[in-house]
Amino acid sequence: MSINLTLLLVMGVLYAVGLYLLLERSLTRVLLGLMLLANATNILLLATGGYAGLAPIFNKDIPSSAYNDPLPQAFILTSIVISFAVTAFMLSLIYRSWLLSRADHIQVDQEDIRVAMQDLYDDEEDSEIAIEVSDFHENNQPLGKRETIPGIVPKRVIDAKAVATSKKDVHPESPVLKTPEVQSPTGEKE
Amino acid sequence: MLFVLCAHFIVAIIAPILFARWGRAAFYVLAAVPAASFVWLLVQYQNVYSDTAPSPTVDIPWIPVLDLNLTFRMDQLSWLMSLLVLGVGALVLAYCARYFKTDDAGLGGFGAQLLAFAGVMFGLVTADNLILLFVFWELTTVLSYLLIGYARTRIAARRAALQALIVTTFGGLAMLVGLIMVGESAGTYSISAVLAKAPELLSMDGTAQVLLDIGIALILVGAVTKSALLPFHFWLPGAMAAPTPVSAYLHAAAMVKAGIYLIARLAPGFAQTEYWQAMIVVLGLGTMLLGGWRALRQYDLKLILAYGTVSQLGFLTLVVGLGGQEAAMAGMAMVLAHGLFKAALFLVVGIIDHQSGTRDIRELSGVFKSAPMLGVVALIGVASMAGLPPLAGFIAKEGIFQAFIASANHGPAGPVIGWTVLVGIVLGSVLTFAYSARFMWGGFAPKAKGMATVFKPVSWLFLAAPALLSLLTVAYGFFPQLVESWVKPYSDQFPAYDPHGMHLLLWHGFTPALGLSALVVTAGTALFLLRNKVEAFQGRIPATVDFERGYRQSIVVLDRVAIWVTGRTQRGSLFFYLAVILSTSIASVLAVLFLTDQHWSHDLYFVDPGSPFQLIAGAVIVIGAIAAARASKRFMAVLMVSVTGYGIALIFALQGAPDLALTQMLVETIILVAFVLAMRSLPASLLERTAGSHKAARLIIGIAFGATMVVVAIVAMGSRIHVPVSLDMPIMAYEGGGGLNVVNVTLVDIRAWDTFGEISVLAIAATGVASLIFVRGRGQRLPRAETVATGSVGKLQAASFEPTVQIAKRFAAAPGNPWLVAGRTLAPERRSIIIEVVARLVFHSIIVISIYLLLAGHNATGGGFAGGLVAGLALTIRYLAGGRFELAEATRISAGTLLGLGLTIAALTGLAPLFLGGDVFQSAIIAFELPIFGHVKFVTSTLFDIGVYLVVVGLVVDVLRSLGSEIDKHEEDGMDGVALIQDDEPLEVAK
Repeated sequence: MSINLTLLLVMGVLYAVGLYLLLERSLTRVLLGLMLLANATNILLLATGGYAGLAPIFNKDIPSSAYNDPLPQAFILTSIVISFAVTAFMLSLIYRSWLLSRADHIQVDQEDIRVAMQDLYDDEEDSEIAIEVSDFHENNQPLGKRETIPGIVPKRVIDAKAVATSKKDVHPESPVLKTPEVQSPTGEKE
Repeated sequence: MLFVLCAHFIVAIIAPILFARWGRAAFYVLAAVPAASFVWLLVQYQNVYSDTAPSPTVDIPWIPVLDLNLTFRMDQLSWLMSLLVLGVGALVLAYCARYFKTDDAGLGGFGAQLLAFAGVMFGLVTADNLILLFVFWELTTVLSYLLIGYARTRIAARRAALQALIVTTFGGLAMLVGLIMVGESAGTYSISAVLAKAPELLSMDGTAQVLLDIGIALILVGAVTKSALLPFHFWLPGAMAAPTPVSAYLHAAAMVKAGIYLIARLAPGFAQTEYWQAMIVVLGLGTMLLGGWRALRQYDLKLILAYGTVSQLGFLTLVVGLGGQEAAMAGMAMVLAHGLFKAALFLVVGIIDHQSGTRDIRELSGVFKSAPMLGVVALIGVASMAGLPPLAGFIAKEGIFQAFIASANHGPAGPVIGWTVLVGIVLGSVLTFAYSARFMWGGFAPKAKGMATVFKPVSWLFLAAPALLSLLTVAYGFFPQLVESWVKPYSDQFPAYDPHGMHLLLWHGFTPALGLSALVVTAGTALFLLRNKVEAFQGRIPATVDFERGYRQSIVVLDRVAIWVTGRTQRGSLFFYLAVILSTSIASVLAVLFLTDQHWSHDLYFVDPGSPFQLIAGAVIVIGAIAAARASKRFMAVLMVSVTGYGIALIFALQGAPDLALTQMLVETIILVAFVLAMRSLPASLLERTAGSHKAARLIIGIAFGATMVVVAIVAMGSRIHVPVSLDMPIMAYEGGGGLNVVNVTLVDIRAWDTFGEISVLAIAATGVASLIFVRGRGQRLPRAETVATGSVGKLQAASFEPTVQIAKRFAAAPGNPWLVAGRTLAPERRSIIIEVVARLVFHSIIVISIYLLLAGHNATGGGFAGGLVAGLALTIRYLAGGRFELAEATRISAGTLLGLGLTIAALTGLAPLFLGGDVFQSAIIAFELPIFGHVKFVTSTLFDIGVYLVVVGLVVDVLRSLGSEIDKHEEDGMDGVALIQDDEPLEVAK
């Protein structure tokens, strides 16, 4: 089929700008980027319909090929309305984020960093335990120490200067966003 | 067979209820299930051992395409194993009723798991399908994990459970691969069929043969891990953290025998494969000697038994795996004997632990004197384990000696291997005798003078299970012919090596085997008497290879790698993740495009003759997009994105898509309003950008992705070779859908499922918006306007004397009908008379237009989406003019009701045709005459469109109430913490 380069170039620009904004830290820019991506995709769909044509309102005297392709149009219609719903949802998210933490930018996930900096040593797996010789004792007498294995003495994988990584600090239920203080408008580097 | 299986599972499911009612006595109910099944099994004897009839088989197709059927087959081997599984299972469950206390935590779940385990084991030994076998195999692994970890509060139990799980699952996975390789080689997954085909499979050559050899070797890996052979044996002593009844059942009689069963099952067909003999001899012999050696150094009675079990499992593997009629017969006899004595001994240890509170042989003393009956029961078991006459263990061991003397002389493996194995077995038996003696001495003998362990009397019920097992051990010794008749049909599948034939007998006469037994007893006794020297000697030998340590080391390495990889990839930065994902997608798509042969279309054009103005619209969009990227003020960026949206609406219009153009315009407008409403509290300027290399990276990724998409689009569109499927859609829409507007008919009829999914998404998003802002509820109960004082909403702090405010005040106080119902509620400085009047004038007209668009949409531009958006726009105007109480007056129905109603109508429109004999979402055309309108053609899909209309209106109402009304309220309450008067608050003007 013939290909409309004008539409494709517009689409390309929208994708490029959309991603440029999507990769920003400001949540508003991220949302705007998403909207541009949706617009770009709609143009891509439109371009697959080929040449401009008549509005697809059926008239038995007009041959089918004279209409602009109705199938991409139906897809685009769906896409427009869904994008609207998603945009509204994202707007609420931004407002909520602002209400809770006075921040409207994407924060570095502290929990991820904790995971990366955690100790190799794990109480559940590596602590020394007394050998038990009865099912019925609460306090078992140790029969002898288990030999330790050189590799599993507490050892940091990453030298954690700033973040406290003691096992006690990491609670599985701790929320991802834990810093409600106002972030400086310059934002910290990732 | 199926009934037995189901009975186990069903009773297991209701077990917690039984325990809640009867406490630990419920164990007796549970024990009744395998006990009754055991009786059923005995009744089956005639059928299973019939010379004429085939083995009883149940075959239920499950996934026939994958050759996966619920096939159960009860042949002689399955029958033998089932005897152990069900018999010992019943006794252990009954024993549990005295072992546990009623108030032990989680007893119901424990009982259920133990009973289910018995059922699963029964399924495992009767399954006649490779994959079904694997399913049961892994179920035993999972249940054993739960059972070992019964004492959830003990770290040792949890750790041991996990270790057993990891090791056996590792083997299980290897086995699955092996099972599939064998199944595919044989072309069937039925175990009996595979075995029947074995001679044919063994004569294959080339790759097929190699595949089969490797497949069988992998299956053996599974058996080796399950039966705790070298180098995986360490999990079994570790698993002694389980409650003792569990050890008695899983780690002596049942689960660890699964590996032996699998070897016994495959040996008749596949003992001649490449790696079989080497694996069996090396691992079996090594495990037997290592286990026995380690058992001599244990102080925990249970660990002596555990290492003893490891040793015996190696022994059994060797005997059962090496083939030969005599070995098979003696091996199966040993499997039965071992199940009897080892389960009894574990139960005895449980009683000792229960009555004295320890299993440490250095603390136990004089137990035999305190509990002589228990001592006798234990003595029988120990003697059988040591291979003393006239007990089961002696019969089996004599048979094994005889079999291996025969195979060393006449076997196919040759004398070197034959004699080595025989010597190894004798050595292992000496160790077995020594640790048996150590067990008896350690558990029951008086140690030092005056030292006697406090030992509570043992009740008969408690002792019943081990006593019965020991009784059977004795009976076995006196009636070995019975066992021989059970085993013989199985062992007859193997070639015989002993020219004199073989029988299980108590007294063979003075044979070489008897001589070996005597040797074992002598050497074993010596080893036991020298136990202190042996211990000291063992202590001096450094453990050169510690397999458990190796296992833990490899887990440490795994942890380290995992943390390293996580640290390098999980950076917590969205930019990083997106950059990686996008770069990968760009690179992979481009690589495919340029490395493969693509059709590059040359039919390109810039100017569409049908719509030359497209170029201008395109230029506007590009400028808008770039300006949006460069804007540093929040609303400037939003406006610029809107420009691209309106530009696209223009392109839609020029292209021949009026529906799209209309919808896009409406959506753009409402989104703009929503943006302004939601962002009024946020600072006017956008954050400083992240600078430097990030900016360059963003630019490069953005441009590269845009360019990639252009190339992809060109290639994809250039590859089209067929005429569009949509060419038929206009006529389909007209004749089938009864509408002229093809796009609308597509949405409500041809692709109604899509649209139904879409409006569900809309409802979900709307609910999400409301819940993010309201947090609780949807704000249904807004007070009516008449409850609010005039001029009270949105008051500014400072009184203003500007003339416009004075006019607004007079306007509000003027008599006569107000223009808006709730306009007076707004503070005067918030009001705009012109907007109020205009809103009053246009509101109803817009609503009428929206209804027209909805109903006409089937034949002309419009439809439910456009209509709903127009109605939403009308409500937006009311809200902007009269504030949140005006919106509340305008929409007395809550947004939730609108959404629900819309979805219900749409769903009913889809379902109704089903009851009228049609398909889901099938539409009908109803034509009738009306007085004024004349001929009316009503298409039922219009009802669906009404549902769509209501959902869209509901969405807009939710957006207005949340982002509008509720944020208004937050502002007035000072919740957003921003002063009410703000310089950069652009909406002040609009409101």
